Amino acid sequence: MLDRIDIQVNGEERGCRADATVGDLLRELAIKTERVAVELNLEILDRKEFDQRILKPGDRVEILSFIGGGS
Amino acid sequence: MAGDQLTIGGFEFKSRLFVGTGKYKDFEETKKAIEASGADVVTVAVRRVNITDRSKENLLDYIDPKKYTILPNTAGCYNVEDALRYARLARAAGVSDLIKLEVLGDERTLFPDTVGLLEAAKILVKEGFIVLPYTNDDPIVAQKLVDIGCPCVMPLAAPIGSGLGIRNPYNLKIIMEMVKVPIIVDAGVGTASDAALAMELGADAVLMNTAIAGAKDPIAMAEAMKYAVLAGRLAYKAGRIPRKLYATASSPIEGML
Repeated sequence: MLDRIDIQVNGEERGCRADATVGDLLRELAIKTERVAVELNLEILDRKEFDQRILKPGDRVEILSFIGGGS
Repeated sequence: MAGDQLTIGGFEFKSRLFVGTGKYKDFEETKKAIEASGADVVTVAVRRVNITDRSKENLLDYIDPKKYTILPNTAGCYNVEDALRYARLARAAGVSDLIKLEVLGDERTLFPDTVGLLEAAKILVKEGFIVLPYTNDDPIVAQKLVDIGCPCVMPLAAPIGSGLGIRNPYNLKIIMEMVKVPIIVDAGVGTASDAALAMELGADAVLMNTAIAGAKDPIAMAEAMKYAVLAGRLAYKAGRIPRKLYATASSPIEGML
C-alpha cells in the first residue's frame, strides 16, 4: 500500500495517496473537471496540467467553480 | 426588437437586460426567473466548491452556458490583488475572457474603489480579458476605463441591492454622451420603472439581480423587467417630446362651434 500524505484542500486538511495528481484528487472528490478552476499553492493550473501535477505534502489546493451571484 | 443587437467585445446580445443569479430560493427558481427575463447575459460568482457535500447541484446544470453568455464577476474583492486572482480563476474555470470587474471600496456601501478598479482593469486588459467594469457614476473614471481598453462601462444607479433606483440621472446622461462605448447601468434598480428610466436616458443595457431575486414573485418581476427594458429602449429610440411648463391642446380649435 502506498504512503499517504497530508495536503490542504479548500482550507481543510485531508490526506491523499503519495503519488496522486491533481486530477486523481478531483476524481476522488467526484468533481467534474470541466468548469472548475484549480489553484495549487497560489498557481492557477491549466486543465491540461491536472493529470500531470503530482501533489506534495503540505500542498494547498483550492478548487473553485461558478455559483449564483450578481454584484 | 429585431435589428437592435448590442455588441460588447465581439459578443452580440439580443436582450438588453443582464441578470445576476444570486439570492434565489433555489436553482429551479433561478432558472425560471432567467427564462422569464429573456436575458442573454447571466452573471455568476466564483467560489470554493463544497468538497464535503458533493450532493449539491451545480448552477451550470440549470443555466446552460451554450444558451447564455456566462459573465463571471469578482464580487467580494476589496483590493486589486484579489480581483486579479478571482478574474484569472474565473477564466480558468470558464469558457471565455469575459469578466465583470468589481473592486469594492467599502462593505457598507459596496461602492467601487475606482482607483483600484482602474489599476486592475489595466492589468486584465493586457492579459487579454474582456473587462466589463462596475464603476461609479463618474464620467471621468468612465472615460479612463474606456481609454484603458474596456469595451463598455457599467456605472451604478445606486448601491448594490439598495433598490433606490437611479440616484443621479444627470451624471449617467453625461457618461452616455461622453463615452463612446456601450453603457450598462448596473446595480441599484428597485422596480420596473427604474429599468425603463435607465433605458430612456440612453443606457445600452441594464444589469440587475436583487430587484428580481428579492421580489415577492421573482419570476413575475423578471418578466416585468424584460418589458421595462424593452419599453425604455423603444421610447429612447422613438425620441420623447420636450418638457414644457404649460399645456398644448392636442385637439384642434378649428371646426369648433
